[in-house]
Amino acid sequence: MSEARFFNEMHLPDGAIRQHYQPFADWLADTPPDRIAQKRAEADIVFHRVGITFAVYGEESGTERLIPFDIVPRIIPASEWLMLAQGLRQRVKTLNAFLHDIYHDQEILKAGIIPPEKVTGNAQYRPEMDGVTVPKGIYSHVSGVDVVRAGQGEYYVLEDNLRVPSGVSYMLENRKMMMRLFPELFSKQPVAPVDHYPDLLLETLRSVAPEGVSNPTVVLLTPGSYNSAYFEHTFLAQQMGIELVEGQDLFVRENTVYMRTTKGPRRVDVIYRRIDDDFIDPLAFRKDSMLGVPGLFAAYRAGKVTLANAIGTGVADDKSVYPYVPELIRFYLGEAPILNNVHTYLLAKPEDRDYVLAHLAELVVKEVHGSGGYGMLIGPTASAAQREEFRQRIIAAPEKYIAQPTLSLSACPTFVESGVAPRHVDLRPFVLSGRNVTLVPGGLTRVALREGSLVVNSSQGGGTKDTWVLES
Amino acid sequence: MLSRTASDLYWMSRYMERAENTARLLDITYRMSLLPYRVLEAGQQWAEPWAVPLVITGLVSHYYERYPELSSDHVLRYMVLDPRNPSSIYSCLQAARESARSQRGAITAEMWESLNHTWLEVRPMDFAEVTNRGVHEFFDWVKMRSHLLRGVTFGTMLRDEAFLFHRLGTYMERADNTARLLDVKYHTLLPSASDVGGAVDYYQWSALLRSLSGFQAYRKIYRDAITPVRVAELLILRDDMPRSLHACMNFVYDILKQACDSTIQEPERLAGEIHAQLHYGRIEKIIAFGLHEYLTNFLGQIGTLSEEINEDFFTPAYA
Repeated sequence: MSEARFFNEMHLPDGAIRQHYQPFADWLADTPPDRIAQKRAEADIVFHRVGITFAVYGEESGTERLIPFDIVPRIIPASEWLMLAQGLRQRVKTLNAFLHDIYHDQEILKAGIIPPEKVTGNAQYRPEMDGVTVPKGIYSHVSGVDVVRAGQGEYYVLEDNLRVPSGVSYMLENRKMMMRLFPELFSKQPVAPVDHYPDLLLETLRSVAPEGVSNPTVVLLTPGSYNSAYFEHTFLAQQMGIELVEGQDLFVRENTVYMRTTKGPRRVDVIYRRIDDDFIDPLAFRKDSMLGVPGLFAAYRAGKVTLANAIGTGVADDKSVYPYVPELIRFYLGEAPILNNVHTYLLAKPEDRDYVLAHLAELVVKEVHGSGGYGMLIGPTASAAQREEFRQRIIAAPEKYIAQPTLSLSACPTFVESGVAPRHVDLRPFVLSGRNVTLVPGGLTRVALREGSLVVNSSQGGGTKDTWVLES
Repeated sequence: MLSRTASDLYWMSRYMERAENTARLLDITYRMSLLPYRVLEAGQQWAEPWAVPLVITGLVSHYYERYPELSSDHVLRYMVLDPRNPSSIYSCLQAARESARSQRGAITAEMWESLNHTWLEVRPMDFAEVTNRGVHEFFDWVKMRSHLLRGVTFGTMLRDEAFLFHRLGTYMERADNTARLLDVKYHTLLPSASDVGGAVDYYQWSALLRSLSGFQAYRKIYRDAITPVRVAELLILRDDMPRSLHACMNFVYDILKQACDSTIQEPERLAGEIHAQLHYGRIEKIIAFGLHEYLTNFLGQIGTLSEEINEDFFTPAYA
């Protein structure tokens, strides 16, 4: 992929520095390379000592790895953020309205906007949730929306994550790290703070407590210390000052959830759960789950406890529903979509399928239910054999796949072995929905460290950057 | 607070305390082994200096399954970095760190960083490197890491229930360790009780005191020759001596008075009973009763208390 084919976050096509990067570029030019090298080493040591690590599936149990951290920030000008934030709020409001609708009156199906098989026929649709009323009608309290820039810098939503999106702790720790390593940078530009995220999250969770509970007890439910995001679970629980519980710490009696404490049972009102739907209650879902709490779903249905996010949100972030989101925005809010969707081919449609099979080398093919960068084909960089394998897989089960044009993701200068070079980035802002829909200015910027790579997932060798939203 | 959190914090500090105690004991045993005196009495192999760490931790048979004979090199290997030994310093530091990792939210960031740093340092060490640098240096490092965690804990931790259970673990472990050490040493030391003053006795007694940081305290308090009765008094009854049974039970009793309430009372009662025996005890009576019998009884009581704490606070049965 040549230099000119993607949008560079820092440089104009003629090589000049974009205005909002000028103070940083000046600083970088003036700072001796050995100071930078020393600071980069310090960052590694601190991340290790603080234990900001993630577990890698498939490796020896208990393996902890650092996510590579890059010291060149991804900077977003104030005006762009304003547009992004509005677009994100609009999108998340819509998805919550959609979830409420499909589990109640299903107006959207009656209006014929989306085929029923995409919704009620979707494996992510939970019939158990039909008619269940959740506080304030909110299903996705914490939404991670993956945004990329392509072409001349237009923003696109790549996917919505409404189940248990993770990564926010890295957003917060990366900022802390930058302020520790290079405090002087923050006096050169007005960078919007993000540290209040845990406060906003706690406020959001408290605002959706069951009816009649005035001083709710909120807990964070984790699958345990072998989960890849365990660091984040402990981090958020600590920052919010709430208990970090495992399934074994909770029990249900007469549809009420309690935790086991040194002072006897204590009632729990809101559970910020970081366990998938399938594992949350062995009586209601997967019977072999050792992580969940027997009886939790019954208590939830009875309205005695709030789960955040709600059960059954997966249907709204499913890749087969994604293409309809712009229509959903028009339907529920009567507004024009602010953020672009990436054009998506549904391989179950014959005309789309024919096109995709003829253009595999140009497209990205994704499994509808895949995540974490697994189970996808990136046409332009894949081998002929890999393309052929996907062709067979598509023909065998077309409904399991979607395809999208290969976006030339924007790139941000990044420290690599040979010096500083552009690497592709994405952005995951976190949208909170409770009494209000809010988000802190910024998000997690992930960067694909291999040259030309478009895969930013940490499980696939991606790194992260601090994300700066400028206040003016 | 969560029962599981209380349990993890309790065990976190127990393991750290155990690592420190093991380092103290191995350090003094190693130094003693460099002296030109034979201290082994016929028929008392189990009380041979290098066996003491194994006897105290109840690992004699576990050790002999892995090593053919008792030797300083093997015992050090086994007790310092052997991950197969659940009570090796390595395993204790790992267990303490794992408990801390599970409970990062309940302890302060500084406490976690201190424990994690300790673990990251010990993880890549190998035995040859430790002996090359001198085992003494390693033992000092372990003690300093334990002191550091204690200092960080006192300096940063909110005085809430988490603090109570963290402290409880330290003192339960320490009381148990001091009693076991005194009991084992007592058997080697007893035959010499009538002729105190010989070089062997002096070194034996002073080594015991040193391993419990009690040598200077002894000098300050008694300003006299080291006698077994006084050593026993210092380590059992003096509550101004931080590693004595009395001092440990002062803390344990005090903590349990705060942790117990109208629904949970037995741990406080048990601790109060043990505490009263120490608070109102006389060393002459203890000697007359038999030191070994006394300590065996004490260890039994501590064991019962430990089970009671576990049942009432950590694994409550309801629902």
